[in-house]
Amino acid sequence: MFQITRGAPVYDVVIIGSGAGGGTVTKVLADKGINVALLEAGPGLNPEKDFKMLEWPYQVPHRGAGEGGASYFGKGRAFGFFSAHAGGWQLEGEPYTVAEGSKFNWFRSRIVGGRTNHYGRISLRYADYDLKPYSRDGIGSDWPISYEDIAPYYDKAEAFIGVTGSKEGIRSAPDGVFQKCPPPRVHEVLIKKASDKLGIPCIPNRLAVITQPTNGRPACHYCGQCGRGCIPASNYSSSQVQVFPAMKTGKVTLITNAMARELITNDEGKVTAVSYVDKLTRTEKQIKCRTVMLAASCCESTRLLLNSKGKGHENGLGNSSGTVGKYLTDNTGFGLGARIPALEGMPRHNNDGMGGAHLYMPWWLWDKKTDFPRGYHIEIGGGYNMPGIGSFAGVCRQHEGYGDSLKKAIYDDFGTHVSFAGRGEMIPNKDTFCEIDPNVVDKYGIPVLRFHYKWTDAEYKQVQHMEKTFTDLIETMGGTVVKNNRPVEDKISTGGDIIHEVGAIRMGDDPKTSPLNKYCQSNDVKNVFVADAAPFVSNPDKNPTLTIVALAWRTADYLAEEMRKGNV
Amino acid sequence: MPITTRRDILGTIASAALLGPLAADAAQHVHEEAAKSAVATGGVYKPKALTAHEFDTLKTLCEIILPGASKGGAAEFIDLLSSQNPEMLAIYTGGIAWLDEAMKHHHQTDFLSAKPEHRTELLDVLAYRKNRTDHTAAGIRFFDWARRMTVDAYYTSAAGMKEIGYSGNRAVREFKTPQEAIDYAIKRSPFA
Repeated sequence: MFQITRGAPVYDVVIIGSGAGGGTVTKVLADKGINVALLEAGPGLNPEKDFKMLEWPYQVPHRGAGEGGASYFGKGRAFGFFSAHAGGWQLEGEPYTVAEGSKFNWFRSRIVGGRTNHYGRISLRYADYDLKPYSRDGIGSDWPISYEDIAPYYDKAEAFIGVTGSKEGIRSAPDGVFQKCPPPRVHEVLIKKASDKLGIPCIPNRLAVITQPTNGRPACHYCGQCGRGCIPASNYSSSQVQVFPAMKTGKVTLITNAMARELITNDEGKVTAVSYVDKLTRTEKQIKCRTVMLAASCCESTRLLLNSKGKGHENGLGNSSGTVGKYLTDNTGFGLGARIPALEGMPRHNNDGMGGAHLYMPWWLWDKKTDFPRGYHIEIGGGYNMPGIGSFAGVCRQHEGYGDSLKKAIYDDFGTHVSFAGRGEMIPNKDTFCEIDPNVVDKYGIPVLRFHYKWTDAEYKQVQHMEKTFTDLIETMGGTVVKNNRPVEDKISTGGDIIHEVGAIRMGDDPKTSPLNKYCQSNDVKNVFVADAAPFVSNPDKNPTLTIVALAWRTADYLAEEMRKGNV
Repeated sequence: MPITTRRDILGTIASAALLGPLAADAAQHVHEEAAKSAVATGGVYKPKALTAHEFDTLKTLCEIILPGASKGGAAEFIDLLSSQNPEMLAIYTGGIAWLDEAMKHHHQTDFLSAKPEHRTELLDVLAYRKNRTDHTAAGIRFFDWARRMTVDAYYTSAAGMKEIGYSGNRAVREFKTPQEAIDYAIKRSPFA
């Protein structure tokens, strides 16, 4: 079934995807009076109904274990039942494949706001040197833009969405427009003392959480549940902070359950419409546009370009360079935790705070020599978190027994653990990319992605450095690390696990090696832009969301200016 | 219904919060309402998946594993999940039958009717991996399931949250870390 409504409106911009990139573009363009249509592959969102903020486990008969106790069989929702996402590592009827010899996990969230509804809110600027990695160490490629190009947009992004932090003057963690970060929790105080001793900076965290009323949004109420979604929008989600407010301008047509299939081009090679599947009726529809903004996520945007084949672009649209799908990376990940005896028997108190750590450690060896390129930052965990399914599985396993002694062991254990997680830079390599799998289509008939993924020594050595550092931190705090003799290949995260996939439609100065120019505009098709993490040239040791917002804002400004000049 | 109550709570937060930092009494109200809405519906629970005998046996077992577990609705939690999942149900019907058989073998009675000291004698074996033999392995595996799920049920209940001293899941006006807690930890740390 194929439907084109005659006399259907032509939108100035059709934006595909409503996450951090799509939400930002929607807000920026709508505020400029530009008519946009926003396609979202998932349903709409009603925060008050959908978010499980302040719900107790006992208000749900299964307590969070899922129907039939799914989580006991490894089948529960990713990040737990109460998480705000609407997706997961696998989506029914929407598969992806992984090439033999590779491992890759792809997290997708189909809902207005995408992954910003549940993400960790960590908001770190890339450093000046992050954008010129090749110039610095001869590996990878430089970005076609410099820190000065993006800094004004970091300013705007931070001021608008609200980010906590403090001015520190650390080159690897540039300062920004910050709101006050709440004070550290007890375990964080100890961690800071340990890091001070080891010469590792440990500073107030930079989270997209507001601690003062901002643009009509109330300050954080410190329930510690950002991952469940915040009903009063005291943290950043593109749905609540950008899409819903943008809709009030009357310039936004939001179309939910719309899974983009293909970009339709005319004889001059320009995109004239987006073909999409209305998931509710499984009918194909088209929406006409003057320009299109891909913001479906790094890999979904890649898939859409590769699936848009036609005369003159048999390998996918905007892919004359043949590099669409290449240069894919995730951040490296490694975690280590331990019990800290100093915390045992501490007077109980509510330490929920923001939904995340109140301190973090930026990369500190950027001007020192290490046996691996680039670096990582350290995220910390611990405290009296709300008990949930599995919270005390470790005590049960270790203590065994039953009765009052088990109860005491659990009581004594509560809140005494700390954990460290490293997030580091992966170097793009030729064995890591995604492409269309010619053998498999999803339930809408859309060809799916096949992933190839390989870590190299650069990442393995970095993870070994993380393990050493975290061990030092734990031991400095008086904890004991259980020796782990598994090979480093087992210790590093699986590709995709960190959910920081970037780079598959990269920007650059040379159209032969980069599909996009320095404004994230397609070199081949001038009315196609990309506003998610696909344009990233490298994947620095900073979570990508803040840079997605800043870069999308810059791209939207550029597009609006080009439209005003009549260039697109 | 909890959901309606929760809406009210959220309304309180949203309206109070929009005016600025939450008033302390509004925050307290939120906490109390949330706690109230969680009070069990009362009445006698009718097992959905287990037989009366199985359910009574499970209830007794849960209470031995964690004194007070019935306050946390542990047996009800397990029965409910078992009613939704044949794999879970088989673990519990099989495990409870195993307990009964083991007890009959030694003391000619089922687990529920056995003397407390005989129950303890059996569970003292099942509670530890080191006691694993061909005769005990199935029982140890079952006990591990029952222990994990009893612990989960109890500490996700209002009674368990209170007992363990979790005092969050509520709106507060300002985040503070008590100085006495910091002092306590530092005094016991290598940084003293």
